[in-house]
Amino acid sequence: MEWKLKNMRPGFGEALVELGSKYQNIVALNADLSGSTTTSMFESAYPERFFNMGVAEQNMMGVAAGLASTGKIVFASTFAMFATGRAYDQVRQSIAYPKLSVKIVATHAGITVGGDGASHQMHEDLALMRVLPHMTVIAPADYWETKKAVLNVARTPGPCYIRTGRTDTPLIYDEDYDFRIGIADTLVDGEDVTVIAMGLMVSKAMEAAEVLGKEGISARVVNLSTIKPIDKNCIIKAARDTGAIVTAEEHNMIVGMGSAVAEVLLDHEPVPQRRVGIPDVFGESGESEELMQAYGLTVENIVESAKKAVAMKR
Amino acid sequence: MSLERFDYWTDIDDNAADLAGISTEARRWIIRMTHEAGSGHPGGSLSSIDILIALYFKVMRHDPSDPTWPDRDRLVMSKGHGAPALYTALSLAGYFVREELLTLRKLGSRLQGHPSMNKTPGIDMSTGSLGQGLSIALGIALGARLDRKDHRVYCILGDGEVQEGQVWEAAMAAAHYKADNLCAVLDRNNLQIDGPTEKIMSIEPALHKFESFGWNTIEINGHDFKDILKAFHDAETVKGRPTMIIANTVKGKGVSFMEGSVKFHGKTTTPEELERALSELGGDI
Repeated sequence: MEWKLKNMRPGFGEALVELGSKYQNIVALNADLSGSTTTSMFESAYPERFFNMGVAEQNMMGVAAGLASTGKIVFASTFAMFATGRAYDQVRQSIAYPKLSVKIVATHAGITVGGDGASHQMHEDLALMRVLPHMTVIAPADYWETKKAVLNVARTPGPCYIRTGRTDTPLIYDEDYDFRIGIADTLVDGEDVTVIAMGLMVSKAMEAAEVLGKEGISARVVNLSTIKPIDKNCIIKAARDTGAIVTAEEHNMIVGMGSAVAEVLLDHEPVPQRRVGIPDVFGESGESEELMQAYGLTVENIVESAKKAVAMKR
Repeated sequence: MSLERFDYWTDIDDNAADLAGISTEARRWIIRMTHEAGSGHPGGSLSSIDILIALYFKVMRHDPSDPTWPDRDRLVMSKGHGAPALYTALSLAGYFVREELLTLRKLGSRLQGHPSMNKTPGIDMSTGSLGQGLSIALGIALGARLDRKDHRVYCILGDGEVQEGQVWEAAMAAAHYKADNLCAVLDRNNLQIDGPTEKIMSIEPALHKFESFGWNTIEINGHDFKDILKAFHDAETVKGRPTMIIANTVKGKGVSFMEGSVKFHGKTTTPEELERALSELGGDI
């Protein structure tokens, strides 16, 4: 498959500027990464509503909470590592528990951060965020889904976590895409197995479906961009229709999206499931594509997992 | 309490005397409610209650009949374990009936062990995990500035609490953003759970630390209402800088056997101690 590539992050920055022009109560905070996170676009457009908090993520989350308590819709942004790991207690105590409208938009999630290595490769963020009550958790697949998700969450009260990556990613959608929180998107229909993917694994899942098709296995592909609240109906239907599930995520296989899907299957429609994701190890430096190969985030791995899941069907 | 700001110079002696009476009643409730709960933090509640009574009865602009009034002054109880003091001040000010104080920490109660803004009327922010309140108070102060509103933000910090690094991130940011609508109080009772702050982890010279971070600083006796009222008034007049009031207090203040005792940081009274404490505070309730 030929993909057009585009970075997800400007989808965030552009949506934020759009929101800023529509709503006076949109405020953006950053922790010395306004260029990398693209919040510098908002800073240029609305300097009085932008606060750079310096290299102090814990304070940034607290300030975000305070601003939100005065009726602001606050977008707090930094790398996924620092947004969720460094400031976890602040997100839990001051944002999630009081249910404040702080939208944490994290960039540079996952192994594809590349050269920075393990200290900056965040594979645990979805796990940390999805166990928090009140928290909405979204992992967009491309530029357009990022943009639509950011526009959407601003209209939805309460705390939210959106994770994006560093690299250019294949464009799955276009301007007409209708993103809705909690609704998974079926991109390819199929009958024998369903590949549920998120983030940059969505394009790989679509490629895998093509390979599987050539081998006589009809694979459905679902983009599960909202990890929480999870689209139970879509997952249950996929399990009933196809009888086997593969999940594919750029995240630690422990407590990530695959685990979230397994929880739904366990409660409602147990069927064979295989998981593609980052094993329970820290990452390392390298080029993004090399790292995806090295850690099993590949089309081939999805194809093999799908075959195994199909073989496990009774 | 008032919808207008308090003019502290007018009848300051009478006002201070009013507050002294209210705070004695408040102390009785703190002792009773923590005794009834069987857990909680009486020591640090008694050290901070005079400051809270001064704020809710004279200094802050707020309306107990309208707890979410957008123009109200805010208070963030960063030392969330001082919840019994905060609940008592709110109750005596009229946010809810006094008898509800005795439901503290009970299943289904609106009065959680640490403050929850979505459960209790009058609570402006949920706290409990130490070190977070000053950041929140700064956020509220910046929000007020964006809205061009003149409400003020108060934040009560424990002295052990300032050992948390986030407090100093917030101190740096509040000075950077010139948050002069922010006034924090350090409840300097000198004791934390494991012992004296200066033995566990020295915070001195606390005043100079905040001063060097760019704050206006004031040192007072945190149990002298004239001192307290004057400090809050002076803080309002300072432009371009946040204010830190170092309030020298006594842990367990008002009950002889609790004063200066680390034992009552997180432990409540026995029935005999309850009786003795209440009689020292001049009445059953």
